[in-house]
Amino acid sequence: MQANLRVRRFDPEAPEPSARMQDYQIEVPEHFTVLDALIQVREEDDPSLALRCSCRASICGSCAMRVNGQARLACKTRLTAVAPEGETVIIEPMGNQRVVKDLVVDLALFWNKIRAVEPYLQPAGPEPEDEYIASNESMLNLLTPMGCIMCGACVSDCTALEVDENFLGPAALAKAYRFIADPRDGASRERLTTLNEYGGVWDCTRCYMCVEVCPTGVAPMDRIMELRDSVMREIGTTTPGARHIESFARSVARSGWLDETMLAVDSWGRFNLPKLISQAPLGIRALMRGKLPKPWPLHHKRPGAEFVGRIFKRWESNKP
Amino acid sequence: MADHDVLVVGAGLAGMRAAIAAHRAGANVAMMSKVHPVRSHSNAAQGGINAALRGTDDSVDSHVYDTVKGSDYLGDQDAIEFMCIEAPQEIINLEHMGVIFNRDEEGRLGTRNFGGASYARTFFVADITGQAILHVMYEQILKAGVRSYEEWFVTDLIIEDGECRGVVAIEMLTGKLHQVSAKAVVLASGGVGRAFEPSTNALICTGDGMGLAYRAGATLLDMEMVQYHPTTLASNGILLSEAARGEGAYLLNSKGERFMDGYAPKMRELASRDVVSRAEATEIEEGRGVDGCVFLDVRHLGAEAIRTKLKYIQEAALDYAGVDMITDPVPIRPGQHYIMGGVKTDPQTRTWDPNGAWKGPRGLFAAGEVACVSVHGGNRLGANSLLETLVFGKVAGEMATEHAREQHDVPLSGAHLADAGARIQALFARADNGERTAKLRLEMGNAMNEHMAVFRTEEGMQSALGTVRSLQERYAHLPVGHKGSVYNTDLIFHLELGYMLDAAETICASGLLRKESRGAHYRRDMTERDDAEWLKHTTATVGDDGRPVMGTLPVTITKWEPQKRVY
Repeated sequence: MQANLRVRRFDPEAPEPSARMQDYQIEVPEHFTVLDALIQVREEDDPSLALRCSCRASICGSCAMRVNGQARLACKTRLTAVAPEGETVIIEPMGNQRVVKDLVVDLALFWNKIRAVEPYLQPAGPEPEDEYIASNESMLNLLTPMGCIMCGACVSDCTALEVDENFLGPAALAKAYRFIADPRDGASRERLTTLNEYGGVWDCTRCYMCVEVCPTGVAPMDRIMELRDSVMREIGTTTPGARHIESFARSVARSGWLDETMLAVDSWGRFNLPKLISQAPLGIRALMRGKLPKPWPLHHKRPGAEFVGRIFKRWESNKP
Repeated sequence: MADHDVLVVGAGLAGMRAAIAAHRAGANVAMMSKVHPVRSHSNAAQGGINAALRGTDDSVDSHVYDTVKGSDYLGDQDAIEFMCIEAPQEIINLEHMGVIFNRDEEGRLGTRNFGGASYARTFFVADITGQAILHVMYEQILKAGVRSYEEWFVTDLIIEDGECRGVVAIEMLTGKLHQVSAKAVVLASGGVGRAFEPSTNALICTGDGMGLAYRAGATLLDMEMVQYHPTTLASNGILLSEAARGEGAYLLNSKGERFMDGYAPKMRELASRDVVSRAEATEIEEGRGVDGCVFLDVRHLGAEAIRTKLKYIQEAALDYAGVDMITDPVPIRPGQHYIMGGVKTDPQTRTWDPNGAWKGPRGLFAAGEVACVSVHGGNRLGANSLLETLVFGKVAGEMATEHAREQHDVPLSGAHLADAGARIQALFARADNGERTAKLRLEMGNAMNEHMAVFRTEEGMQSALGTVRSLQERYAHLPVGHKGSVYNTDLIFHLELGYMLDAAETICASGLLRKESRGAHYRRDMTERDDAEWLKHTTATVGDDGRPVMGTLPVTITKWEPQKRVY
């Protein structure tokens, strides 16, 4: 079959370096992946095309790139899956990282963030002579975050990182989770304290992009949400994000729906007067235009609120 | 002053283990690899790692015996004993570093069965054991703060006065050439699977270390011993782990028969790899295959076990063969997987012999697939390769540190950097004669896969050697298509092809030298093992004319005398 590739090229050694799209039409077998096609281009048509690849079997994490706008492993993406009718496949380097040449990006940002979470086991106390005793379940639980192959796809498409480079990002947070959830690690509290700070777990916008693009099912955002739970349990509700969750739940448990005014007040802190005063005009305008429910004490219960309240009670009593 | 006491070339499991050992021994150590460490091919080891851990019925002696038998008595028994004795502690070390091994009901480390083993002694992390260990090892590198030259490609080992004193390397992101000096160099750069087409190996497995060491005067040992793995996918040669058979998978022919009954009545699917691969090839040849394949069937294990213990290969079969192993058998065939041979080292991982019985540069150490100690002999048992990388990686790091301590700081005298630079400029200056690196590699790969595979003959091996030699002549005029500096993979592939051709030439020449069948080296024209004449290693060193000079070395036997090998 014919494959139509449109590849974003960038040659830093050109007299005036700038990105451009280049089209390749090549004849390939039906089972080819995007990576197979790029390798064929490189081997037969254009030896200047730069990309990283190695294992061809989605285990080494080298070949993450954007295919039709979304980060993927080129080796795990069949041409027929992204271009069933032989459409043009658009191939670009990963986002959020500096392009070195063509599809090769500088992964310094990625690795700096991994390093920032102290990504190694920090056992409590001296090592036992034999292995640590741990349940198979607790180890199997770690298999999901350990499935991370550090390809960078989640970092490429993270919408929070796009606007704030200080965010640790999905890969590093999933890595941090791997140690905090490890019964052998003794530094969980210190780790959670750090993750509770600016750039940590509360900076995720829950956009789900990392879950969607992760090729190995790590689902980084789910791991970040688990970390938020741990932070609230171990450190407390010291951040706007944690108080936001707490207020949200409180409001729904009480009235069956969300009291958005109190949500804002609780999140910023009830005594955080400068912030509250600065937000007041926005709140008043929204209230006047009917875009906010009436605040407490005028916030009325929805019909059936007691049933919602019971759900919360049952959940509370079943909590581990 | 030397840049480093110890420089490790390659940053897979052997390389990182060596670097950690050297760091712990107090050396100023650095790693250098053409890829980031976590991209290394150790990732692809799926099934597990062997050890006769205390507290089970198993014994170190049994592990040694299985390995000796698996090697078809070609492995050096002192090295094998050392490896198996060290194995239990190395597993515990890994667990302490953070590897999340599978556990038993009591929360202790659990095992699975594996090919050629008398006991279930394979420790594992689902079917991503290599990846799980590799990433933990990299965590330890970060913790230790070991300097890592990432995406640096080594063009030369620097040898002065018979002593290895560093390397010349290309920093790929800039294209700049650098000279990095060291008082000891450890080669841990992996195998040479890409000399074959297809292969389970990653695109980076191009025998760089074998080529570098061979040109620097080291001895290559048992290069004819090339392992074909019994279960690889037909479409692209991707591996489906032996863990499947370890967990109880069947191999079926076109009639739906478990054909291994006829070849290895006792061990059946779990006979050693050379035996199973030959059985499959025979079935296919005699018309009991389908489209050049037989079938791997795991359906009877149940969806739950497949999803938890064989998750990765289930996905791989789905992605690359379009088969869901839960509902259908998957077509597989033998495919090139591993080379037992490599740079000759002693059990201390030295590539030279202080007594002069064999040749090699002082100050150069080797461990992992690039090396041949030899613990695998004629055939490697599954889950012994991860073990080898760790046990001998550690030794290499420690021995290299010790060696470095004994060295005086001698400034490098030669114009190594200028020489390498001139050589690369000469490559760039070659006229385009229409030849392409990829085409030459493919011709080599096809010839090797045709004639140096599961079944071999004198005529076939001569033909492969002839092809390799004519490719070497064409290689001497092969142009580089892209002349840029930044991330010029075309230049890298060109240099890699040179290393592969060296390795391929010695594989063919060693195969022709060995006039018997042993382990993976099965000759149709000499089907019997000949202990009287050939219970010995083949050696290859580079001659003055650039051609390999062949020889032999004795096999070290401690207490396991050769017996008939039946599974």
